[in-house]
Amino acid sequence: MRTLALIRRIMLQLLRDKRTMALLFFAPLIVLTLMYFFFNGESEDPRLAVVGGSEPLITAMENASIDVVSYDAADNQTIISDNLAGLLEIKDGSFQVVLENNDPSTSRALLMKITQIAAMQGGGNAPSIETEYIFGDEDTAFFDVLGPILVGFFVFFFVFLISGIGLLKERVSGTLERLLATPIRRWEIVVAYLTGFGIFAIIQTIIVVFYSIQVLDMIMIGQVWHVIIVNLMLALVALSLGILLSTFASSEFQMVQFIPIVVIPQIFFAGIIPLEGMADWLQNLSRIMPLYYAADSLKAIMYRGEGLSDISGQPAGSRCFCGGVYLYEHHCFEALPKIIKVFQLSAFVDSFFMGLWG
Amino acid sequence: MNNSISINNLSKAYGKAGVLKKVDLQIAEGEIFGLIGPSGSGKTTLVKMIVGIESATNGTVEVLGKRVPNLTLLENIGYMAQEDALYPELTGKENLSFFASLYKMKKANLKDRIAYAADLVELTDELGKKVAAYSGGMKRRLSLAIALVHDPQILILDEPTVGIDPELRISIWRELMTLKKEQGKTIIVTTHVMDEAEKCDRIAMVREGGILAVGTPDELKTTYGAADLEEVFLQAGRDAR
Ligand SMILES: Nc1ncnc2c1ncn2[C@@H]1O[C@H](COP(=O)(O)OP(=O)(O)OP(=O)(O)O)[C@@H](O)[C@H]1O
Ligand SMILES: [Mg+2]
Repeated sequence: MRTLALIRRIMLQLLRDKRTMALLFFAPLIVLTLMYFFFNGESEDPRLAVVGGSEPLITAMENASIDVVSYDAADNQTIISDNLAGLLEIKDGSFQVVLENNDPSTSRALLMKITQIAAMQGGGNAPSIETEYIFGDEDTAFFDVLGPILVGFFVFFFVFLISGIGLLKERVSGTLERLLATPIRRWEIVVAYLTGFGIFAIIQTIIVVFYSIQVLDMIMIGQVWHVIIVNLMLALVALSLGILLSTFASSEFQMVQFIPIVVIPQIFFAGIIPLEGMADWLQNLSRIMPLYYAADSLKAIMYRGEGLSDISGQPAGSRCFCGGVYLYEHHCFEALPKIIKVFQLSAFVDSFFMGLWG
Repeated sequence: MNNSISINNLSKAYGKAGVLKKVDLQIAEGEIFGLIGPSGSGKTTLVKMIVGIESATNGTVEVLGKRVPNLTLLENIGYMAQEDALYPELTGKENLSFFASLYKMKKANLKDRIAYAADLVELTDELGKKVAAYSGGMKRRLSLAIALVHDPQILILDEPTVGIDPELRISIWRELMTLKKEQGKTIIVTTHVMDEAEKCDRIAMVREGGILAVGTPDELKTTYGAADLEEVFLQAGRDAR
């Protein structure tokens, strides 16, 4: 009952704050859209040369908004001279695809469609597909790699900031102390905070994910709900981290100061810049960054089409991260009021549960 | 008469700075007890420790026979902090019903209590307004209403009438008197206004974290050979030095 009353109040407060609402729900969409236009110049139907394609195959491709041009014979030179996105040659039931790959995301989408259609046409046994690239290779898609990371990052960033400031306000304005003069239990406050902000985090996650996939056509091979689950986990970590760090801040401005320290470095560790080439200690450091695991999981689902079972165990790293933070605090801040410790403990516990989901 | 609140050898230190030093105090059931003393003497700290939101460095506080801090005890305590702790984004009514819903109360009763508390502080017409748009005195009154809303047996009010106009102040005091007489409520008030201290059954003079003297206003006047409480206050200050 008391928890419900508190959840209701937290949500009411947030709903009244129009600017925060806008920040939470629309800012990620705007930035994502901008990024999309920066990285994806064109998005017209790809033109594909087909040699030896059957009638139903071509119809299926046209239905999947591929601009099919039939040729009797063609080679790599044709692709360049006729400004095509790729060439599909069918010989004895096996598919050979050559992709121009000037714009990696177009290539990827095209290849994905061809694979799907080939599988459908072949009935149970999908024909073998050989792929060649004129420029670059299959790993060059930038926004495709960036997209999943960005989705995760926005969820992380906004939930972190808004939940952190929410609790901070409660603490600084004296209402938290006032709450402790009522029969509410400390864990009820913690649960209410996690739930109240959690609900907004869920809504934000769903909006961002659907916008990215439906409107921005972000590549999405895996299952949508897997993406949502990973983002939710990330939102919970962000929620905990925000609440946790807000206990060290004494004003909103100090909370903002955590962004360059806590949030920005995570972007670099999330894999925007390939981690493989980095120094060992940097790679090890990334193992304790929640965003690293989330980004990796999101990439696996959205880009490589893996499922949740393939990426289980990823969040174990986040668990270590929060565990470490908690232990550190436990030693250094013995004198903190109990309620703050409860919040920190909850941050730990909940990242622990997050570690168990795999 | 039974003791409602019993404070034994209570000390509080923030870091090394001692704020309360070995305080002993008994407050009886059904009395209005005033705490007066200079700014920074430790009144708020003492009051917070009675509620249980500040922990004791040493010593104990018992309220209604139970050792503080105690969650069930808080059902029976109405606390009004010195600083208004309200949610500015919410309306007065939403603030009131939020705090009210944290206590064990029947739904039907809750409505009546909100109406009663709002009426007492003359905020009924203003309840639909957001607290951000309240004046200082209105916020103070809302805080008082919140302290009263769940009909607690013990009221702990930290400077309740600061920023409230004389007319309303008188009517609030009249209501406090009624609550004491008709329902036997125990009321603790801190104040800097000697008129109000005069209305208390007993008062304690707090100075530098200790209790200098306890008694009825008349007893204190006799002890210090003073004509009014103002003089007692000043005299006590001189004696301490
Ligand atoms: N959180 C805190 N940390 C450190 N010192 C504190 C803290 N809270 C209060 N104090 C100190 O405790 C002393 C007593 O403060 P308190 O608020 O109890 O005074 P007060 O009698 O209520 O004063 P006023 O009449 O101005 O409200 C002051 O010296 C104050 O500086
Ligand atoms: Mg005070």
